[in-house]
Amino acid sequence: MTTKLVSRFVNVGERTNVTGSAMFKRLILEGDYETALDVARQQVENGAQVIDINMDEAMLDSVAAMKKFCNLIASEPDISRVPIMLDSSKWEVIEAGLKCVQGKAIVNSISMKEGEEPFLEYAKKIKRYGAAVVVMAFDQDGQAETREEKFRICKRAYELLVEEVDFPPQDIIFDPNIFAVATGIEEHNNYAVAFIDAIKDIKKYLPHAKISGGLSNVSFSFRGNNPVREAMHSVFLYYAIQAGMDMAIVNAGQLGVYDDIPLELRDAVEDVILNRRDDATERLLDLAPKYRGDGIAVEAETQEWRGWEVTKRLEYALIKGITQFIEEDTEQARLHFDRPLQVIEGPLMDGMNVVGDLFGEGKMFLPQVVKSARVMKQAVAYLNPYIEEEKEEGSTNGKILMATVKGDVHDIGKNIVGVVLQCNNYEVIDLGVMVPCQKIIDTAIAEKVDIIGLSGLITPSLDEMVYVAKELTRQGLDLPLLIGGATTSKAHTAVKIDEHYQHPVVYVPNASRSVSVVSNLLSKELRAPFLQQLEKDYERVVVQHHRKRDNTQYISFEQARANKFKVDWDNYQPPKPKKLGIHEWHDISMKTLREYIDWTPYFLTWQLSGKYPAILKHEVVGEQAQKVFDDANEMLDRFEKTGELKAKAVFGLFPANSIDESIEVYGNNNDTTLVLHQLRQQLKTRNSSPNYCLTDFVAPKETGLDDYIGAFAVTAGFGADELAEQFLAQHDDYNNIMVKAIADRLAEALAEYLHQQVRKEYWGYAADETLPNDDLIREKYQGIRPAPGYPACPEHTEKAKLWQLLDVENRIGMNLTESYAMWPGASVSGWYFSHPDSKYFAVSKIDKVQAQRYADLKGWDERTMELWLGPNL
Amino acid sequence: MISKGTIRPNQTELLTKLLKDKTLILDGAMGTMIQQCGLEEEDYRGTRFADWPTSIKGNNDLLVLTQPDIIKNIHLQYLKAGADIIETNSFNATKTSMSDYEMQSLAEEINFEAAKLAREACDEISTPDKPRFVAGVLGPTSKTLSISPDVNDPGFRNITFDELVEDYVSATLALMHGGSDIILVETIFDTLNAKAALFAIEEAFEQAGQRLPIMISGTITDASGRTLSGQTTEAFYNSICHVNPISVGLNCALGPDQLRQYVDTLSSICECFVSVHPNAGLPNEFGEYDLEADEMAEHIAEWSSSQLINIVGGCCGTTPEHITAMVNAVEGNTPRTPKEKSSLMRLSGLEAFNL
Repeated sequence: MTTKLVSRFVNVGERTNVTGSAMFKRLILEGDYETALDVARQQVENGAQVIDINMDEAMLDSVAAMKKFCNLIASEPDISRVPIMLDSSKWEVIEAGLKCVQGKAIVNSISMKEGEEPFLEYAKKIKRYGAAVVVMAFDQDGQAETREEKFRICKRAYELLVEEVDFPPQDIIFDPNIFAVATGIEEHNNYAVAFIDAIKDIKKYLPHAKISGGLSNVSFSFRGNNPVREAMHSVFLYYAIQAGMDMAIVNAGQLGVYDDIPLELRDAVEDVILNRRDDATERLLDLAPKYRGDGIAVEAETQEWRGWEVTKRLEYALIKGITQFIEEDTEQARLHFDRPLQVIEGPLMDGMNVVGDLFGEGKMFLPQVVKSARVMKQAVAYLNPYIEEEKEEGSTNGKILMATVKGDVHDIGKNIVGVVLQCNNYEVIDLGVMVPCQKIIDTAIAEKVDIIGLSGLITPSLDEMVYVAKELTRQGLDLPLLIGGATTSKAHTAVKIDEHYQHPVVYVPNASRSVSVVSNLLSKELRAPFLQQLEKDYERVVVQHHRKRDNTQYISFEQARANKFKVDWDNYQPPKPKKLGIHEWHDISMKTLREYIDWTPYFLTWQLSGKYPAILKHEVVGEQAQKVFDDANEMLDRFEKTGELKAKAVFGLFPANSIDESIEVYGNNNDTTLVLHQLRQQLKTRNSSPNYCLTDFVAPKETGLDDYIGAFAVTAGFGADELAEQFLAQHDDYNNIMVKAIADRLAEALAEYLHQQVRKEYWGYAADETLPNDDLIREKYQGIRPAPGYPACPEHTEKAKLWQLLDVENRIGMNLTESYAMWPGASVSGWYFSHPDSKYFAVSKIDKVQAQRYADLKGWDERTMELWLGPNL
Repeated sequence: MISKGTIRPNQTELLTKLLKDKTLILDGAMGTMIQQCGLEEEDYRGTRFADWPTSIKGNNDLLVLTQPDIIKNIHLQYLKAGADIIETNSFNATKTSMSDYEMQSLAEEINFEAAKLAREACDEISTPDKPRFVAGVLGPTSKTLSISPDVNDPGFRNITFDELVEDYVSATLALMHGGSDIILVETIFDTLNAKAALFAIEEAFEQAGQRLPIMISGTITDASGRTLSGQTTEAFYNSICHVNPISVGLNCALGPDQLRQYVDTLSSICECFVSVHPNAGLPNEFGEYDLEADEMAEHIAEWSSSQLINIVGGCCGTTPEHITAMVNAVEGNTPRTPKEKSSLMRLSGLEAFNL
């Protein structure tokens, strides 16, 4: 819908002018911009269709004040819905305003006072900024007073603007100077008439040009007598508009109606304005005292809502973003409730929910929501002392960690959620953009936050959020997780993220909703019902989702099995390990392990990204990288010497054959020691690629081939926790982190080194392999070492078999927690496959048929199945 | 500093003539096509940025330097699909946006190379009967001049108009020297940012001593029917029409069904040509745009037969297939006639105010 209505006469609000309003001037000088904004708002509510802003005051940094007020108005949609008139006699103040206004504004004003050249210069700039312009009838000879002078100057300016600058004529507004009449000086008596007549000339000869003027000048000699002034304004406008005046700068709340002026007064005023009698001034002066009144016009009543009951008033203030009465209303509400906290959890939160709903429905937009949050904050701040006084339990305050996930640089939405939460007295730790998962987790732990909030805008961020959820699970966190950002959704959250994390995962559709979500999660009373509702919600969404996606995505388990990865076993001889059985390594040389470290992730731990070794030479981070690298090596030197950190490994190579998705592992007498179970990919694949299962890489029993499988568990973490504790006790966070980071790197290095030794010596199928460390990191060797709990073999409980097979705990002291996490932390375990075509893949989703079959093989009941296969169902 | 290329002549007249005859076709999404290539971190880096300290996967504009063949090939695919105007791969190539990757110093070079690649592709396909044009793209940047990032300080801004102008001037000049025929300011969610871009374009034209036609395309972000910075469609138009653009239009954020009413609004007021390049629907819950080429073309065909548009193409999620379908959808239809120049003074705040 377009604005069909073309306004005939425009009221430009004049109260936001430090030269014309003593009150506004005081507010600006005192820095009370909030009340100053109320002045602007009242004008718009009173019908100003444009607001004039003037900051020309000697005691003021006018440029800064103009900038600040324009920027503030931009976040007040009730005000900024109308165009702005930037009013100053100084070009730099006007230009400062033009740089802060997104709409098409009006510049008030320029003139040929300093000659034609600067005039054209300014006009050109104004056109480039995309504004209309008020041109005063003013040239180097002075201000035009007569009809002829006014028209002559305006005509000259018009020609220059249209012909030289190509300025659109409809964007030119002439102000042919309204001067005071009835001053007692005879030459002034015709000023109003001259103005009105000049309008007629301009309208006739300068096509599309508009006329404006500062109305209050005309009545200047009747200062202190507002009824008379208003009457003069009304009469002046009545005739000027008839002549073609388009707009005037007026106090929109004080504009009377021509017909309502008492006849006696109107006649006297008309005599003055129209210069109808020589004694007009004296006659009006005589009459004026009779109409003096108290001189103060009552502001038009636009505050009907003040009469509503208090909860409605709070809601209204929140929706409208009005802070003016929030303390008194909050106080009333506080007295009304038993406990101050109930004001927050009741009416205030209800109000914020309305804001959230309106925002969601597109009935409110962003700046309003941000304003609402500010009102909320003031209310909460008011209540806080009372809440503390009562030492209330269940305070809604808490610590929220916010981050835009790795790979995404968009953060406007997240920042807004952050400020909205801060407004509601939550402490927000904002990790910024492109935040790696581990940093989120480390910070969440280190800062003891109550909730983690993830944000992202681009599509790949969805996967990263899933990853974060998985990592939260893997690292044993239990904090609620909030999900927000443009591509996120309830469905994705419910279907893809929630399943990876046993603790609350809440989709937050917008910033204003974040407050109620967070307060619910942190409220003892509200949390349980909130989560119940959420769970119900998610169940419904998940069901809907599966109904939608089921058919297209999966193939049946039988089809998947038929599409297995096919090895030509007839022409393949599996390599026999040179050293079958179980082997243990104790006291592994730190010196050796150092050579196998993949350093790049270590630098990432320190937020230094770049590939090793090039990172050490990088012009920006090189110096820091070198420093943490040196420190790490110093610590490695220490470990070499002191043996504080112990690395151990146990591994074994066993005869094995596959049967469908299982692998039989054989002992000394060819009896089956144990059976490993694996999962097969069931998603429909593209380009006829196979549906992989790890068992495809082991010779099937029916081939009669002797094949083998390996298993390993390594750690470099013995002693790490103790050492880290020692550093922490000395308040040495740096080395505390360093120890763990190095232990992790050493465990990975050991896994790499061991795998190499297995390939070259123990299994021996790649005895001649001479890959440098770089190529090891890039997995350029033959064979794989997938780890239970990771995508190719995602089911964690199989790790117990690995422990059983290798007798890990007794041999080297590593153990498993009840959730199958390894201790010490710096540990790696997995299976070895030797087949040249073996590769890493993700099992991803499987169907109920396969899951049930798997459960039957493992002897699980339904609940156990859901527990361990849940992520893949 | 970039090596100077030859600035193209001002082809406003030719474009106007073509636009009076038929609906011109803009290309489709670049991001979607790049995504299909499945590039990894190291592909983004190439040899030149192998050791760059930040992660740069996802810095699609950088690919004009590291994978120029891929970008040129995408341009060629769109040209072969029937696009008359192709957009340079420079959406984020401002210092402001590139600073996310610490690559501010590359902004100018990227703009230049982006234009050069598009130029080469155009020149390969262009014929006198069907000339093709390069639109040098200026994106919105990741910062906003109208919205404070800090609610406690609504007067605060984390970027200034002057900073953006400086940024856009050098981007525009680089796009011009690289061989752009048109400068396109698109995906405008904060009109003040766009006004800075337009200010900069005029500055750049003056410096170069040469004008090019300007296309402007705003973004209605949600159901409120407003830009992110709160303006209605008409208020937006009023704020930017002072540069006498060859076209004003809308793109991104919404699919064709949600966008239609705003295109209709624009069509009814716009004194220049109207462009539109919607997304392939709204992203579904998994962030994918799934409106098929033929479904999308149905909407375009209806707009075209209702004479709402003069230039049409695709934004997020669209492919050469979508573009070909659009070519067929507008084939033979009479294009929209721009509105008569009115003598209204078009002012605006968040809402339009015409006098």
